[in-house]
Amino acid sequence: MSFDLKGTLKPLTALKQFGQKPHTLTNVPFIPREAADRYRGLHYNNLDECIGCGNCSTICQNQAIDMIPVDGIEGKNGDSGLRPRVDHGRCCWCGLCVDVCPTGSLSLTKDYVYVSEDANSFLWTPGVDNPEGDERVSFFSTKETSLNDLGRIPMPELEGMERIKSFAEVVLGYNEEQARAEASRCISCGLCTEACPEHMHIPEYINAIAGGNDEDAVRIIYDNNPLPEMCGKVCTRRCEDICAIAHRGDPIAIRWLKRYATETVENADLLKEIINPEIKEPNGFKVGIIGAGPSGLTAAYYLALKGFDCTIYEANSKAGGMTMYGIPRYRFPEDSLDKQIEYIQKIGVRIHFNTKVGKDISFGEIYHNYDAVFMGVGFPKPWTLGIEGEELHGSIQAVNFLYEINNGKKVDIGNKVIVIGGGNVAIDAARVSARLGADVTILYRRRVQDMPADWEEIEGAEAEGIHIISQAIPIQFHGDEKGHITTVEYLKAEMVPDEHGGRPKPIAIEGSNTVIEVTAVLGAIGQQGDYSFLEEEFDEKVKIERGRIVVNEKQETTLNKLFAGGDSANRIADAISAIADGYRAVKGIEELLMKGK
Amino acid sequence: MREKATTLYIGPQHPGITGNMMVRLKVEGDTIVKAATEVGYLHRSFEKLIEKRNWLQSFTLLCRFCVPEPDPVEESYARAVEMIEGREVPERAKYIRVLVLELARIGSYLLWYGGQSGSLGLYTVGQWSVGDRNYILDLFEALTGARVYHMYIWPGGVRRDFPKGFEKKVIDTMDYLEKRLDDYDDLMFDNAIFKKRTKGVGIIDKEKAVEWGVVGPPLRGCGIRSDIRIDDPYEIYDKLDFIVPVEEGGDIWTRALVRRQEIRQSIRIIRQVIDNIPGGEYYNKVPNPQKWALPKGDAYARTEAVRGEVGMYLSSDGSINPRRAHFKGAAYVHAITLLEHLLVGENLADVAAIMNSLGTCPPEIER
Ligand SMILES: Cc1cc2nc3c(=O)[nH]c(=O)nc-3n(C[C@H](O)[C@H](O)[C@H](O)COP(=O)(O)OP(=O)(O)OC[C@H]3O[C@@H](n4cnc5c(N)ncnc54)[C@H](O)[C@@H]3O)c2cc1C
Ligand code: SF4
Ligand code: SF4
Repeated sequence: MSFDLKGTLKPLTALKQFGQKPHTLTNVPFIPREAADRYRGLHYNNLDECIGCGNCSTICQNQAIDMIPVDGIEGKNGDSGLRPRVDHGRCCWCGLCVDVCPTGSLSLTKDYVYVSEDANSFLWTPGVDNPEGDERVSFFSTKETSLNDLGRIPMPELEGMERIKSFAEVVLGYNEEQARAEASRCISCGLCTEACPEHMHIPEYINAIAGGNDEDAVRIIYDNNPLPEMCGKVCTRRCEDICAIAHRGDPIAIRWLKRYATETVENADLLKEIINPEIKEPNGFKVGIIGAGPSGLTAAYYLALKGFDCTIYEANSKAGGMTMYGIPRYRFPEDSLDKQIEYIQKIGVRIHFNTKVGKDISFGEIYHNYDAVFMGVGFPKPWTLGIEGEELHGSIQAVNFLYEINNGKKVDIGNKVIVIGGGNVAIDAARVSARLGADVTILYRRRVQDMPADWEEIEGAEAEGIHIISQAIPIQFHGDEKGHITTVEYLKAEMVPDEHGGRPKPIAIEGSNTVIEVTAVLGAIGQQGDYSFLEEEFDEKVKIERGRIVVNEKQETTLNKLFAGGDSANRIADAISAIADGYRAVKGIEELLMKGK
Repeated sequence: MREKATTLYIGPQHPGITGNMMVRLKVEGDTIVKAATEVGYLHRSFEKLIEKRNWLQSFTLLCRFCVPEPDPVEESYARAVEMIEGREVPERAKYIRVLVLELARIGSYLLWYGGQSGSLGLYTVGQWSVGDRNYILDLFEALTGARVYHMYIWPGGVRRDFPKGFEKKVIDTMDYLEKRLDDYDDLMFDNAIFKKRTKGVGIIDKEKAVEWGVVGPPLRGCGIRSDIRIDDPYEIYDKLDFIVPVEEGGDIWTRALVRRQEIRQSIRIIRQVIDNIPGGEYYNKVPNPQKWALPKGDAYARTEAVRGEVGMYLSSDGSINPRRAHFKGAAYVHAITLLEHLLVGENLADVAAIMNSLGTCPPEIER
């Protein structure tokens, strides 16, 4: 074989590599190489931003994350109080946990060296055990890179100016495709369940909707809410306020999804068929219920399922309380409750309509005839402003106005209306007035961002051409010689920070008097209770504080076997809190009557 | 007189290739009379695990199919998902994917330089090439946040856009490498020992190669031009100007020559990507992974890896998990069907070199 001279000499050229810069680091003392700016190293968690939703733990396919309590971090509304602990022996540094973290609190750092002979020491809590990690953050998520679905599926609605032409429902509801897509945004963290006064099984029913199982969703929903279609339309949705996704995007439309699921069922018979409730044999106990508002209906429904004989006494001709007689029809059409009430009656609840306790039947009679009584009589009496001119013609209380309108009556408000207040009742009154053709202005003492009304309601009002004058304190109504209101006089206010750290207070500015012409004023600054139906012997025993009936955690009042709930006992005063009260009372009544049974 | 046959074992601990695999040899003297490949050291049940995970979670497994070149598996999975769903991938993302795939090809071939030379006792090559591969890994680190397991190509596009100044870094690295490749020619391809030990050794029969489904450099080293990038172009390969080198002969040497030329072609592709990459989105975001269901359907996406054609078959029953995932690897044919046949009659000293030349990847065989 011939000698390959070239092939023998060529490799020797490698010798020229002597003296070349080596690939490796040769610095002494040894300084580790700095990782890239995007490096996926050991975790860091910003503990203040983290809400303990556990989404990081759910996505991790290595089961490297568990959620644990951490000293000094308390659970609160919207925060489970838990924080992720990472097993750095299991982690594969994929960073999926980072990309699904809805708050963006979790990140990976440039640190990658960790040596220990103790295997257990690889298990540590980012942020707690490496507080210095925030300076080493390298792989993090932004809104752009986040794997959360941040944008809500828009709800189809009537156009702003189209709306005020009638009382037609503004919100049109999701169709199937929209509902599935919206439900699919949910990460099932369950923080909402905690925030819901009734602790509805939100992730579970949303999951059912996302998976195309609407009937399952309805069953899950009815587990602890017998008025879900109502809630699906008008709930104050505390759940959405703390939705994990809301930290960077739009909260899941939990309310609209509940509405969607319940609207898929056409009538009460089908509802009964789908829920197929287990109704216990009659247990021989009778419960009397005063008021067919949300709290009374809830108590009745779940008591009836448990075999109690339930009778409701209701002053009005329809059930639903303030939701039926307060909430305007464009938010809550008149037939919205029919199916739900019919179903409640179908499982055995009796409702005596047009029966006012204290007039058509005495409280004493009910109290003595039933083994237990639940009272859900609401907060019907409006507060007045207590200023001069309030007695004038055209100065109307908003709840009364709404009651009349919902009852199909006519109220003459003219064409220039001022609404006073910043809550939902004020917005409702304003939007109803706009539908009656008036030019409407809302006067509110504080700033717009301080309004207790739902932001969607405020936006809705603005879209309908309603003006809001904020930081305005009414001081007097003026009238003409016939006693009809003509103008409202108010003072401008400045916001003064509260020394005790509370919310800023409006302080009237001297001499800033402003006068606006009006044809009517609607007062909406709150309501109070009316317990005049309680005869003296009971009145003494039922403790009332600041207008509300005092109850314990089982909704028991200070009078034996009397329970109460809803607005008349609960400061929060919304439908879902009333439902929660009714549900709790069921347990209280069951415990009281079935003791030892 | 006939010599008595002895049984020898090569492996299973990293037998000169990446991953654990064993070849049981029957030798008479120095000559192999029978070879049997034994696997079973690395089975991780990835395909089954994929069925248990949602469509996104699986992507952390994919890179582990083949350690030296993880990206084609990520790419084929992502593309199969996109095919089932009909999901559009932004043009920019396609360019970035090709950049990643070609960088991976270069990195992987450099590692192979080391392995192939090492199997012949030329250890210097490996020291250089592993060092040079690290410059590629630096690029990966800057782009993806990780050096080896990138977990970067995922359904809808890629995970992050170029970091600042990345294009220049890529070009600088390519300039360096292009010059550096000459050094490898001197040390390896012009090396008398390398030539002697590879020419005429481990010859694959052209017809058998086709019959058995041999792919990649082993097939192209038999003079057959076959490359998915050209035959069934994906991403943006149809917009690129490059050639698929072939060599006649079917021995270790021609397979080596094919790879040697392919590195230069990859550099050529990468330069085109950097020159022509459009702006815009790099990711068409998928929905919330927890609830992301694909429509019913199935798809098979094939990609040209350094080992040859690989492909991911995915089937969806309309739920949030794949109903079935099946990966078609190249290494199975090469390390079992082909290798067992090829070793017979060869010299014991050449076993490692032959194994290396086939692009065998045990973790891919077993996955
Ligand atoms: C205008 C307006 C808008 C609102 N909008 C919303 C909203 O969007 N979302 C929301 O969650 N909440 C809203 N609320 C609040 C919500 O309607 C109440 O919190 C809820 O209805 C309270 O339920 P309840 O069971 O306490 O009683 P209520 O709904 O107040 O019902 C009490 C019932 O008891 C009956 N009753 C009272 N006294 C007697 C008696 N002596 N004899 C017989 N029957 C009697 C009444 O006729 C009534 O039917 C709104 C309230 C108003 C006024
Ligand atoms: S996903 Fe983010 S916010 Fe949620 S628990 Fe994990 S680190 Fe905290
Ligand atoms: S980086 Fe990946 S493997 Fe590690 S904890 Fe996060 S999700 Fe789990």
